Amino acid sequence: MFRRERSIPLRGSAAALCNNLSVLQLPVRNLTHFGVVHGPSAQLLSAAPEGVPLAQRQLQAKEGAGVSPPLITQVHWCVLPFRVLLVLTSHRGIQMYESDGSVMVYWHALDAGDASLVQAVFARGIAASGHFICVAKGSNIVLSEELAGHQTPVTDIATEPAQGQDCIADVVTADDSGLLCVWRSGPEFKLLTRIPGFGVPCPSVQLWQGTIAAGYGNGQVRLYEASTGTLHVQIDAHARAICALDLAPEVGKLLSAAEDTFVHIWKLSRSPEGGYVEVEHCHGECVPDTQVCGARFCDPSGSSFAVTGYDLAEILRFSSM
Amino acid sequence: MSVRTLPLLFLNLGGEMLYILDQRLRAQNIPGDKARKVLNDIISTMFNRKFMEELFKPQELYSKKALRTVYDRLAHASIMRLNQASMDKLYDLMTMAFKYQVLLCPRPKDVLLVTFNHLDAIKGFIQDSPTILHQVDETFQQLTETYGGLSAGEFQLIRQTLLIFFQDLHIRVSIFLKDKVQNSNGRFVLPVSGPLPWGTKVPGLIRTFNNKGEEVRKAEFKHGGSYVAAPKEGSFELYGDRVLKLGTNMYSVNRPVETHMSGASENLAAQTQESIAPNPLAKEELNLLARLIGGMEIKKPSGPEPGFRLNLFTTDEEEEQAALTRPEELSYEVINIQAAQDQQTNEELARIMGEFEILDQPRRSASKGDDLLAMMDEL
Repeated sequence: MFRRERSIPLRGSAAALCNNLSVLQLPVRNLTHFGVVHGPSAQLLSAAPEGVPLAQRQLQAKEGAGVSPPLITQVHWCVLPFRVLLVLTSHRGIQMYESDGSVMVYWHALDAGDASLVQAVFARGIAASGHFICVAKGSNIVLSEELAGHQTPVTDIATEPAQGQDCIADVVTADDSGLLCVWRSGPEFKLLTRIPGFGVPCPSVQLWQGTIAAGYGNGQVRLYEASTGTLHVQIDAHARAICALDLAPEVGKLLSAAEDTFVHIWKLSRSPEGGYVEVEHCHGECVPDTQVCGARFCDPSGSSFAVTGYDLAEILRFSSM
Repeated sequence: MSVRTLPLLFLNLGGEMLYILDQRLRAQNIPGDKARKVLNDIISTMFNRKFMEELFKPQELYSKKALRTVYDRLAHASIMRLNQASMDKLYDLMTMAFKYQVLLCPRPKDVLLVTFNHLDAIKGFIQDSPTILHQVDETFQQLTETYGGLSAGEFQLIRQTLLIFFQDLHIRVSIFLKDKVQNSNGRFVLPVSGPLPWGTKVPGLIRTFNNKGEEVRKAEFKHGGSYVAAPKEGSFELYGDRVLKLGTNMYSVNRPVETHMSGASENLAAQTQESIAPNPLAKEELNLLARLIGGMEIKKPSGPEPGFRLNLFTTDEEEEQAALTRPEELSYEVINIQAAQDQQTNEELARIMGEFEILDQPRRSASKGDDLLAMMDEL
């Protein structure tokens, strides 16, 4: 059972984007950082355990050529081995900051020539893998090299630390057609498997112990074996498009949130017989009259989570009793 | 975001505008022939081929300010006049109605069905004018060509683009409050029951498969809602059962069109901050606007056809009162351009806007681009 905790007010409402909440847990400092996209700006704030807001900062998308002010598509913290960077993607490019958003350390402008008039190109999809930060630009993934694997715009990227000999797949990318690409990271990234879509976008994807959890536009959550692409679990989880997935990797908990106002928590485990993944439903929470656009666990044990909703100028928090 | 959003935004807002005007024309007992003329003139201007060509070009959405100017122009395409307060109210109702429809669309692609519902109703208004009917059918054709082949992902992007346009608008609409589709805080009710989107299964099932793809386990979970599968898919043909009710006419003579102006938005700080920040790209937008409005061929009223004023409120006093008490943050600033000022850059716009009231003398400034901006800032 979960109960509503005190909400954290936002300066601006959350935009109707997918994966529109990023959380950086800093248990050592007893702090949690939150990042939400409002539109042309993103808001960062830090809060103490009870949700008391401590500091806040707004970041703007850098200007560039175009008629209207650029919109931010995603904000996400990337935890690298020796530092944490905050990455912001927008229609104009990719901006990277120190983790508190104080200093911009890198700016990559999207080539104006990248966009044809018919298909807008924007950056969206951020993840850290080992020493790399992966950001997707349209249908390509940009690192120090460009990875071509998708024909439609990438929606999300998920990574997990390499699991050793057995699990060689550690990066998954998803796109608007529902296609999933599975990669092995390294000095050169290698495409291992492709899992085809079925006519609906896959806005959010997670990777846990070699299992891919993918949320789709028709409300389904599907779990695949990353190395082979085999479908192991199919959940008719939501009544509208899924907008966010999150993992509490230490305990194998998965969180799914959708435009149907519901957030569900699932427990992933490996079956003793076949060794493949199994899912159990733990909890469902309705956020009344709210088109959820972002959701994240707030602690490693998955006993608390935060939610953002379209048009809502606050971060809603829940914790288990 | 999506560069194919403008036609959908324009046509649906236009459709809502016509529903409201039709209701008010009847409520105010405007003679049938005059009322029909107004609707015919507006519809034929809206669906003018040159205008549609401009509209359907891939482009980013205009700002709310710029779009409002287009509707101002459109509403005055005939012998009817609206005071500022009535025009403001009209735009409020139009935007909140379409925001509601976009939000409640089960599937992102359903926004196309909403558009078709509006077009179907528009054709009902102009039954007696085959030329205009043909224009509307052509637009239908163009919608099918442009959107018929788009993927679910592209429609999701269009939906997100529309929602970003409508972000932070929480005006309370009487008819929505009465029907309990809007809460008293201005937010729309999102029901957790009813028909599912076409292609979505009833939530509650977990299926597990083995390595060979055989189902080894089936379990149920309690999902919390009370949904049923959609009976059938709406038709995307020229004629057909759209199934979806969103986008059909919710007004009738007996259903009033009031709005409540108070308590519109909790987050005024963020809102006003953005609206007063100078937009360095305003010039670019003005040029696009000029091209768009340039495509509207407005017929000048010939002969002694007397005009009339339509009131969106029940009495003139109410209209005056509304004008005085409209909250600052909700004021729509209409772009009004001094024709003589800028020969080079905006001749076309100047010609078209020539009929509009000219405000104070704009101040002199260094570059001609600044002149246009200065004029806008003065509003």
